[in-house]
Amino acid sequence: MATEESSGGLVFHPMDQFIVKPLFGGDVIHWYTPTNVTLWMFLTVVCITLLLVVGTRGRAIVPSRIQSVAELSYGFIYKMVEDVTGKDAVRFFPYIITLFMFILFANFLGLLPKAFTTTSHIAVTAVLAMAVFLTVTVVGFALHGMSFLRLFWVSAAPLPLRPVLALIEIISYFVRPVSHSIRLAGNMMAGHAVIKVFAAFAAVLAISPFAIIAISAIYALEVLVSFIQAYVFAILACVYLKDALHPHH
Amino acid sequence: MEGDIAQMGQFIGAGLASVGMGGAAIGVGNVVGNYLAGALRNPSAAAGQTATMFIGIAFAEALGIFSFLVALLLMFAV
Repeated sequence: MATEESSGGLVFHPMDQFIVKPLFGGDVIHWYTPTNVTLWMFLTVVCITLLLVVGTRGRAIVPSRIQSVAELSYGFIYKMVEDVTGKDAVRFFPYIITLFMFILFANFLGLLPKAFTTTSHIAVTAVLAMAVFLTVTVVGFALHGMSFLRLFWVSAAPLPLRPVLALIEIISYFVRPVSHSIRLAGNMMAGHAVIKVFAAFAAVLAISPFAIIAISAIYALEVLVSFIQAYVFAILACVYLKDALHPHH
Repeated sequence: MEGDIAQMGQFIGAGLASVGMGGAAIGVGNVVGNYLAGALRNPSAAAGQTATMFIGIAFAEALGIFSFLVALLLMFAV
């Protein structure tokens, strides 16, 4: 990525926080090297397990606070899957809630100081988006066979226009995983880079009170954006699933 | 400030790319403004469309983020 010479007169490097580093020294990264990415993904899974598994262990009828939060998030995603994808799609609910919980906790954990945001890397979000794309395509063909391709044939348009529209629909179908992944990675990277840039301003004594207020405001916005991006990733996955389950317009 | 033509191109390109975020701001404001206008006319139907509003915001915002990403890449990743 950025080298010392390419940033000329700049003395701070806000993109350095996104560098993948091996945990135990060395600088060669093999597929089996524990890096900061693997550490923070592990912490994400641990936190999700603590909330959803350990938090609901008591199974109280009147829930404790943690159990209440777990039940609220479960119900929120369940209602979303039911509303958007339909009642017959609740068998996809475990996948959607896994996606939502992982992205939400990865985003939130990245907000801690000195933490690494795993979802800010296009490598991570591209895998998540490709998984959604492959799931949707395989489910579509498995359920409907070749008539899944009716998804691209817009019967509401006049007949001469349909081939052009079909081409446009096919292109936009394949662009879906691209935009799905870049939206999440870009939002996370942009948010954290902006916080880092304002933090560099805070080192300048003259404007540091304003810089600190700006950092706090951007931090609050980042908390909101973390939640919204996780929600948008999950709800778009539901919308694509609905397309696969009901391909006639 | 020292540097060469390529670095100047970097800075100018990053500045040009950030103009795209203005369009994103207008787009998001459009979505939310229309939602508000509709919600104030028909408050009971508003709750059902908050999900649609958020999806609309995400789509409009995404393109602004893409342009910010281009600016960041030009500035720091050559």
